[in-house]
Amino acid sequence: MSDVMAPMAGARSEGLISIEALPPQGQISLRCEVSDDYRAKLGELLGLGIPEPLSAVEEGDRALLWMAHDELLLLLPYDAVPEMLARLNTTFEGWFIAITDVSDARAQFRLSGPHLRDVLSKVTPADISPDAFTPGMVRRSRLAQVAAGYWLRSASEAQVFVFRSVADYAFQVLSLAAGPGGEVHHHTREAISEQDASSHV
Amino acid sequence: MLILHCPCCGVDAAEIELAPGGEAHLKREGPGSSDAALETYLFTRDNPRGVVLERWRHAYGCGKWFLAARDSVTMEVYGTYAAQTHAPPQEIVDRITARHPGWAEAL
Amino acid sequence: MSTRLATGGRFTDRGKQIGFTFNGRRFTGFEGDTLASALLAGDQLLVGRSFKYHRPRGIVASGAEEPNALVGLGQGARFEPDQRATTTELFDGLVAESQNHWPSLAFDVGEINAKLARFLPAGFYYKTFLWPRSFWKYVYEPVIRQSAGLGKAPHPEVRDADRYEHFHAHTDVLIVGGGVAGLQAARNAAHAGVQVLLMEQAAHWGGRAPVDGGTIEELAPEAWVAQTVAELEAMDNVRLRLRCMGAGVYDHGYALGYERVTDHRPGAQGPRHRLWRIRAKQIVSATGAIERPLSFAGNDVPGVMLASAVRDYVVNYGVAPGDRTVVVTNNDDAYRTAILLKQSGLDVPAILDARPMGGGALMQEARDLGIRVEPARGISKVLGGARVTGVAICDQAGGGSMLEEIACDAVAMSGGWSPVVHLWSHCGGKLTWDADGAFFRPDPSRAPTGADGKPFVIAAGSANGHLGLQEALACADGAGKAAIEAMGCGFEESPVPKAESTAEAPLLPVWLMPQGARADLRMKAFLDYQNDVKVSDVQLAAREGYESVEHAKRYTTLGMATDQGKLSNINGLAILSDALGAPIPQTGTTTSRPPYTPISFGAIAGEARDAVFQPLRRTPMQDWHEANNAAWEIVGQWRRPYCYPRPGESRHAAVNREISATRESLGLLDASTLGKILVKGPDAGRFLDMMYTNMMSTLPVGKCRYGLMCNENGFLMDDGVVVRLSEDSWLCHTTSGGADHVHAHMEDWLQCEWWDWKVYTANLTEQYAQIAVVGPNARKLLEKLGGMDVSKEAMPFMTWADGRLADTPVRVYRISFSGELSYEIAVPANRGRAFWGKLLEAGAEWNITPYGTEALHVMRAEKGFIMIGDESDGTVIPQDLGLHWAISKKKEDFLGKRAQQRPDMARDGRWQLVGLETLDGSVLPDGAYAIAAGKNANGQRNTQGRVTSTYFSPTLNKGIAMGLVEHGPDRMGEVLSFTAETQDETRDELTTVEAKIVSPVFFDPKGEKQDV
Ligand SMILES: [Zn+2]
Repeated sequence: MSDVMAPMAGARSEGLISIEALPPQGQISLRCEVSDDYRAKLGELLGLGIPEPLSAVEEGDRALLWMAHDELLLLLPYDAVPEMLARLNTTFEGWFIAITDVSDARAQFRLSGPHLRDVLSKVTPADISPDAFTPGMVRRSRLAQVAAGYWLRSASEAQVFVFRSVADYAFQVLSLAAGPGGEVHHHTREAISEQDASSHV
Repeated sequence: MLILHCPCCGVDAAEIELAPGGEAHLKREGPGSSDAALETYLFTRDNPRGVVLERWRHAYGCGKWFLAARDSVTMEVYGTYAAQTHAPPQEIVDRITARHPGWAEAL
Repeated sequence: MSTRLATGGRFTDRGKQIGFTFNGRRFTGFEGDTLASALLAGDQLLVGRSFKYHRPRGIVASGAEEPNALVGLGQGARFEPDQRATTTELFDGLVAESQNHWPSLAFDVGEINAKLARFLPAGFYYKTFLWPRSFWKYVYEPVIRQSAGLGKAPHPEVRDADRYEHFHAHTDVLIVGGGVAGLQAARNAAHAGVQVLLMEQAAHWGGRAPVDGGTIEELAPEAWVAQTVAELEAMDNVRLRLRCMGAGVYDHGYALGYERVTDHRPGAQGPRHRLWRIRAKQIVSATGAIERPLSFAGNDVPGVMLASAVRDYVVNYGVAPGDRTVVVTNNDDAYRTAILLKQSGLDVPAILDARPMGGGALMQEARDLGIRVEPARGISKVLGGARVTGVAICDQAGGGSMLEEIACDAVAMSGGWSPVVHLWSHCGGKLTWDADGAFFRPDPSRAPTGADGKPFVIAAGSANGHLGLQEALACADGAGKAAIEAMGCGFEESPVPKAESTAEAPLLPVWLMPQGARADLRMKAFLDYQNDVKVSDVQLAAREGYESVEHAKRYTTLGMATDQGKLSNINGLAILSDALGAPIPQTGTTTSRPPYTPISFGAIAGEARDAVFQPLRRTPMQDWHEANNAAWEIVGQWRRPYCYPRPGESRHAAVNREISATRESLGLLDASTLGKILVKGPDAGRFLDMMYTNMMSTLPVGKCRYGLMCNENGFLMDDGVVVRLSEDSWLCHTTSGGADHVHAHMEDWLQCEWWDWKVYTANLTEQYAQIAVVGPNARKLLEKLGGMDVSKEAMPFMTWADGRLADTPVRVYRISFSGELSYEIAVPANRGRAFWGKLLEAGAEWNITPYGTEALHVMRAEKGFIMIGDESDGTVIPQDLGLHWAISKKKEDFLGKRAQQRPDMARDGRWQLVGLETLDGSVLPDGAYAIAAGKNANGQRNTQGRVTSTYFSPTLNKGIAMGLVEHGPDRMGEVLSFTAETQDETRDELTTVEAKIVSPVFFDPKGEKQDV
């Protein structure tokens, strides 16, 4: 057994959507001003653009998520963290910045399926409608009673992150929300036709 | 169940994403201040029926504090603005004054 | 009798029979029936007993306004009281029972209350049960308990078998009510391209129009409804919801919808109810209108119904509530009922029309059908007890002298209609009196306003007082367009659908029938069926001086509970205003509160029950604790091991074993819950000097320092060890419950006060698993694991180092909360569980013993270390706890410094921390007070101190305690008396325990054990 165990690692539930706890994910929090000089330096180092507010940029196995006007979250392979930390620290030597490894602090889930938006709307007050929350956007809000981040990766897939201590809670709440018979057919027409098909069987 | 626009991240946040922080623009009184000034700072709040300037934190969102000008009776929101100020911006003052003539003078 | 007709029933499918039971008796109905329609089809008129007098009651209405037919539905884990039969869709195997009866529905002991009605007048709660006092226990309470309450609560041990959920919806326009008005408003809004959510509480679209007749665009209303629903369903921007009630409207366009997802198909997969938490820019309230009863004697006898409800049962369910129905009215609409009944082949012996000249075209139509119409007449009283047998008719203008008795088995009454203004009113919309219609309707100049200060609720159709079909459609058409305009959107001009219906003559307000009803009649004329409020009660309240409508409501209970004024409001107000001699608009109206009709607790709770009732935070080692039989202590949302009892071992014994093993050899604690906040930046030192009472800026890199945090009021807020990581970064440990709060506190000061200081914080609490390795053999264990030098020389007390242990990256702090040699080791949380296992394995040779929070507490108390929340309670300053050494005198300022200079903080005689030792070695009761001489101004014993922490110390083999005592540190050796409960549980008395004031440091006062 590996010494490294992500919270809820391997947990999976199938319902209106699939919910899967992701393996350990490298995560580096960057608190800094997102001014031109920081942008330039970060962009050069990471090979990634700087995300607009409430969004993310991704490239290969790396992504940069906008968390607040002075906070970014870098996602990268777990094993790549020490080297990246070292490079960041060197690059920003003497700059006003807080670079912290938070890879173990958060649990990441992948949610996918045609009922994605409906299931999310059961647990978060954020506007999840297709007009308001488009692929590539990041929104921090609530997941039932805990704080969570939502990164919409496509129309039917999202990555959701919570603090690791409440990973079990989040997984259970999401699984309940995705429970059978809980179709709402509010956000998507496809889901509606799907129901019509099944109800006539 | 208010909705306040968070000026820090641009989200229209439902009240359950927010944490309240009481009256805005208090002047901190540290060592050397008089007992009366300290009392005002720590304990004396106007809590008016009408226009209130108050602190909110987008606790479940971007985590930032911001300020809101709101009517405690009608729930009208005159605007939200950065916490790093000592007074509301003019456009918000104008909006308040349009509803409550003489409000700015009475401050 | 009440029967199923040979044909008819829009909603029922006669091909599908459904069996159900009511009070154990088997009935059958059809698919599409409500419980009420099926009961009526089975001639079950008597459905319950009234709340106060236990009078027999029958079904009055056909919808949400039904006051009487509240039943207990389901069994066992699915039992629910107070379910409205008129809105309960029938399903196979439904089990219902009536309420408020004892011992049986037909024979009820409580009916004696009715005989005593003159002794149970308005305000009887307030008057009757006051004296004598002793009667409460033996007479009043047992009797009230037997007969009080609406229905009975489910058994406390039964768990609800269903699940519930919330749904957050954001929409441009929310339209509540799926009648023709709601549909037309939705149409207009939808064609403008905005998002529309339309909800209807019933299982069918169209509301009353298909029953009431007329035409819309030359179609029967039902056909127009079907066409419009199809049109809306085809639109991408429209969402339609049946069985979803608009329950409430709140600030800033927040609205609650209550969807009954599987009530009508129990056992189906999925949630039973769904609570819609809606954010709408505009809300259209198209909630219709409700017919009013007339106030005549016996208007509550089973068989007396609203005229519109009679019509609904005939048209929608093919059920006739009576063979011979007398219609009594003050308006034209009720004639529709008479005409329908006649056309359905049923008898209508008479229409009693209180208006001197009767009605208009509809009256003529009734007469042409051969129905006897009696203008200027009313009902003196209804004959019959458990069901209607006839009516005594009288002149409406008189006092009630009987002119004639007419035999009948049903009475259809109509006192006019009241718009459903509830949603309008919930969020502050005001009403205006409409003298022509004799009702309150929404006052558009005083609408509920939203965040922008502009109206966000628009009333449409009959909910806005437009009762005629054409008027309602025109109003709704305007409402839909107004909602679009309010959002700054344009809309295409489109004509209002053309409707035709028979013109109606004006109504005559009739608040009492007959107008001068004698006292004995008024005592039987019910205003509020559900709360058993009669005309005489409201008149009495007025005579007793309850002039405000809000007071009169509470005194008489008129319009309280689930009714919320639906049926009773206007009639009651009119009686009150008459008694006060003031016009109705001046008398005012009460405010209806959400929800519109009751919603389930399950829906309110949503998914928050059982395992996810609230978040339970888990450390990386939680599964090990669970697998090793931990007893739990709740710390915020964490559940920390209190101790780990072995099979057959008591908790107390386990705690003692854990302490002894730790002090003698080696203990292990999961300390991951401790807060860990990184503070970094050029101004971080300066910032921490403000946050802590100590000087943190001077802490050398590599060192640790215990720090105290106060709020601006000077009171102790949190404590923990602060670590200097590098020139510009510190790591602040907080208490287990305090991490989020302390982090927020720091951010507050950084963002809102010293925003120009260059400091960043990061809450790293969950990044690390933290494990305390404690005891004389702690160093040996770490040396055995290998990888870094943990010797005293390399790592002295109160220092830290990064390194590797057992091939795991670690940060090791040499700090101690137990007084033992101790290392706190932080490892990346993902590795926490594995590292814990390595420590256990390697420590076996020293009998390594995981210990819980209780052992932690006892060991810290033995050392005299304070605990936030025990020694501090929000009124305690560090100086009270003898922590002067941790308060910098060099610093000009820190949070709380100024407040600690307030006279009360600096005064002599504050209670201060001491140790306490009972003379007999027993354990002092927690929270016990030390008694002082004399009494205070309130006649209470004076006190001079209290116990803040108290434990049995296995190390010292006696009780030890800490407490706050007046001048305590100056009174060493003095003996105080503490109050305590007697050990004898049968005696409800207090005794005293004597304890001596000692130093709070009970163990190793020189600290030799930890610094080795
Ligand atoms: Zn924000």
